[in-house]
Amino acid sequence: MEQKLIVSPSPHIHSGDTIQRNMVAVLIALIPAFLVALYTFRLDALLVTALSILFCIGFEYLIVRFVMKKEPSILDGSAIITGVLLAFNVPSGLPVWILALGALFAIGVVKLTFGGLGNNIFNPAIAGRIFLLISFPAQMTSWPATALAESATDAVSSATVLGLLKHSPETLPALQQMFLGFEAGSLGEMSAAALLLGLAYLLWKRVITWHIPVSILATVALFTGILFLIDPLPQYNPLIHLFSGGLMLGAVFMATDYVTSPLTHKGMIIYGVGIGFITVAIRLWGAYPEGISFAILLMNAFTPLINSYTTPKRFGEAVKHG
Amino acid sequence: MSVILTAVATLGAIGAGSAGILYLVSQKFKVEEDPRIQEVQDSLPAANCGGCGFPGCAAFAAACVKAENLEALNCPVGGEATMNRVASILGLTATKTAKKIAVVRCSGSCDERPRLNLYDGASKCSIAAALYGGDTGCSFGCLGLGDCEESCTFDAIHINPVTMLPEVVEDKCTACGACVKACPKDIIELRKQGPKSRRIYVSCVNKDKGGVAKKACNVACIGCSKCQQVCPFDAITIENNLAYIDDDKCRLCRKCVVVCPTHSILELHFPPRKETPSAAKEEEATVTA
Amino acid sequence: MLKSFRIGGIHPKENKFSAGMAIQSIAVPAQVMIPLSQHIGAPCQPVVKKGDKVKVGTLLGKSVGFVSAHIHSSVSGTVLKIDKVLDASGYKRDAVFIKVEEDEWEEQIDRSEALVTECSLTPKEILEKIAAAGIVGMGGATFPTHVKLTPPPGMKAEILIINGVECEPYLTSDHQLMMERSDEILVGITLVMRVLNVPRAIIGIENNKKDAVARFTQKAKAFPGIEVQPLKVQYPQGGEKQLIDALTGRQVPSGSLPISVGAVVQNVGTIFAIYEAVQKNKPLVERVVSVTGKEVPRPCNLRARIGTSLTILIDAAGGLPESTGKVISGGPMMGKALASVEIPVTKGTSGILILPTLEAKRKAMKDCIRCGKCVQVCPMGLNPTLLMTLTEYEVWDKAEKNAITDCIECGSCSYSCPADRPLLDYIRLGKGKVSNIIRARKN
Repeated sequence: MEQKLIVSPSPHIHSGDTIQRNMVAVLIALIPAFLVALYTFRLDALLVTALSILFCIGFEYLIVRFVMKKEPSILDGSAIITGVLLAFNVPSGLPVWILALGALFAIGVVKLTFGGLGNNIFNPAIAGRIFLLISFPAQMTSWPATALAESATDAVSSATVLGLLKHSPETLPALQQMFLGFEAGSLGEMSAAALLLGLAYLLWKRVITWHIPVSILATVALFTGILFLIDPLPQYNPLIHLFSGGLMLGAVFMATDYVTSPLTHKGMIIYGVGIGFITVAIRLWGAYPEGISFAILLMNAFTPLINSYTTPKRFGEAVKHG
Repeated sequence: MSVILTAVATLGAIGAGSAGILYLVSQKFKVEEDPRIQEVQDSLPAANCGGCGFPGCAAFAAACVKAENLEALNCPVGGEATMNRVASILGLTATKTAKKIAVVRCSGSCDERPRLNLYDGASKCSIAAALYGGDTGCSFGCLGLGDCEESCTFDAIHINPVTMLPEVVEDKCTACGACVKACPKDIIELRKQGPKSRRIYVSCVNKDKGGVAKKACNVACIGCSKCQQVCPFDAITIENNLAYIDDDKCRLCRKCVVVCPTHSILELHFPPRKETPSAAKEEEATVTA
Repeated sequence: MLKSFRIGGIHPKENKFSAGMAIQSIAVPAQVMIPLSQHIGAPCQPVVKKGDKVKVGTLLGKSVGFVSAHIHSSVSGTVLKIDKVLDASGYKRDAVFIKVEEDEWEEQIDRSEALVTECSLTPKEILEKIAAAGIVGMGGATFPTHVKLTPPPGMKAEILIINGVECEPYLTSDHQLMMERSDEILVGITLVMRVLNVPRAIIGIENNKKDAVARFTQKAKAFPGIEVQPLKVQYPQGGEKQLIDALTGRQVPSGSLPISVGAVVQNVGTIFAIYEAVQKNKPLVERVVSVTGKEVPRPCNLRARIGTSLTILIDAAGGLPESTGKVISGGPMMGKALASVEIPVTKGTSGILILPTLEAKRKAMKDCIRCGKCVQVCPMGLNPTLLMTLTEYEVWDKAEKNAITDCIECGSCSYSCPADRPLLDYIRLGKGKVSNIIRARKN
């Protein structure tokens, strides 16, 4: 044997897990939701998603290579995911230049100025969406009619479920429709069923654990459920809350973003409960019909604090006799 | 209009009130400090490097003010000029200490000391040193992973990518001692810089028997003690198969450099020799503009 | 539901290529190099010098202090010299070089294969024989056994746990020993139970060794007090603290020894060596070593004399493959990568693993993506990414508060990291620094 032996400290084997593999799993988990969006919004859905991905990858490459003067690693998949999630958070008819601005903000400001993957405090897609919402409120709240709506109505835009919930709860669609999808809204708000499929896939592949999605959804269900028991208005109906808006997308894909969520299980539950509370509070008593984006953004800010104060369950603390 | 006036007046009042409270609190809780401490601290280079042995310039200034004389106190970064300033503030005399500089006592470059295996662990000398004797046959030599370079706050030591050995930038080195502490093999030493920056030292720390050392590295010290025999000033001691030159006794006569069979002893910044054809190689181990 | 430890853990591919290979004895080599430090504790003081004639079982080095172990010659012949040799520790250490002549054994050693079940010695005498034979932990830790079997004042053993887990991928020496020497092992267990004066012993075996579980379950019926417990295949099931948690439900508190929860753990190989020492008067002079790896021509389990050069064992398995990147003494998770193969077999050499370069070369590390996988897999409930950062920035007080000294160096964190961060490299460094600080504080 000619070569020199390699010497390093243990361990000498590796699971083979890579950042890319985890990102690819997330993309696969998003496929059911994307298919529903395609069915509902046809070509627009494809365009928005494709463009968003292109913008995100493009900006990341350009900024990393020419501004930060480092080796770009767009192939790790994180920019692609930001692209997809950003697309899922905006109306499908959003003007292209606004989408590009959102991608620039998400990648350039929220992710790269903080140091790139691993160092950002806020979820880039969520922050990008909020930036667009605040800067372009009109365009960001005009939801195109779905391709399934009766063509008799000339409406080019219609209200989302949450919009209806806030302003005219009598005209809410059936629960089953909300669960399966096909209502007006952003691409990712469509089908709770498709998103839950995605959750199952992520759990199976061990990309995420159950703690964040379950604590968010449970908190929302519990909070609204208690209010519903006191006063059974449709605004307080827990099932409507669970199946409408960006809650499912947020709970499964956005809040579980590695970089911006806590490391320990205890921390994840605190984080999830916080998000649940804030989401419901904004939905019921805030000015906006949807609260999950702000909730996630706010709890992102708390993640370092939560990490400081929660430790994993240490070995030696349980002295049960078996 | 009255709205604006009310707003301005309210905010102004709040601002003024807060300022007043802050002023009162700062006066009440003021820490009485000898004003000389601040004066001394202002004359220090503010590098906070710890080279003086104190955790930061403020602590050193406090120690100077408290001390009866400045014998044991020296700022290596500021050097003589700074210590004179401190002395004049305090009405004491500064002791003259010879300027020191960091010296890397290993010449086992990739050419002289063949690599026998591939280190693939984390790129830190302390981690490699804890793991094994290194990727060469000399388990005492430099590992080349740059803990010294990382520890230097003056940008004065860098690993040469060809030789994989550290090189000290003479103008920038302040002899603060950070690299000495960082090196897990105790290879770097603070030695007297010497007149005209001339100094002589044994560039090896290998304590193996001569045969083993030479097999691992061409320029290792084999402990043959020829240098010790030839030194007219008794400046060289041999311990554990390794020669060491005491820089208080060394007079820079260069006899040891000539006689060393493995060229392990280095002379820096000397003019080239005139006569002897078998002169030692002028190893300029450190280079700066 | 099989029993297992409760926190963390991973399941690497088992790759037991040498499983089922009957133990073969290697011929006695022409020369051996027997290091004087093959155990935790002070190195031995040599009691032989150049020119001395020795037999198998002759004392070569005397233990120094209580936490130390004797070292005996594994061959007969003439002492060539006492010189430094590179060993698995990565450093050159003193060793006795012996030129082998014939294969003569000390008279008191019983070389027959007959099973000896009776023992009329007192517990104290058994313990003395264990100490005299230089027995150390053969799972790889090499802690002097007589020290482990002597509880500190005020502490008493309640249960003896036998580690037949062999949770490291690739290694099979314990498994094969359990299949071939089950009777001797069971006798050895009774001896240790007598030393510790415990009524109960549990043999823990990972469930990927179903034949060993079946064999011992059957044979243990004849021994009251000895139970067999199959365990979930999970790494590090064989870690002392994890094994005690799995079998007894008790977790050893941070900073304490297993004896503080009444448990004493012994590896099956150690038990076998104890049997040979007490019943056959045989000191620890040879051991079973698995030579294995994906591209090794003939993976096998070899019985080799202490001091044999690894090159001989590798040759017996078919030689070093062309693709070799790393040669590891031990398993892939906690073994030591060797700088050279010309080093001797020692009491702790449980296996030689040969990894191809493609598998062995690490990938470049990236920034931490805060995925939390290292936190989830750590069997001690630590936060490895935090500990690595604290070590990088030398924040020793926070590192201590985050229990860096609890780390058992199992490697699950580095194994799982998708960003290829060398977590354990740094944690080990930090652990050493914090331990020194704690020691300095106590003095």
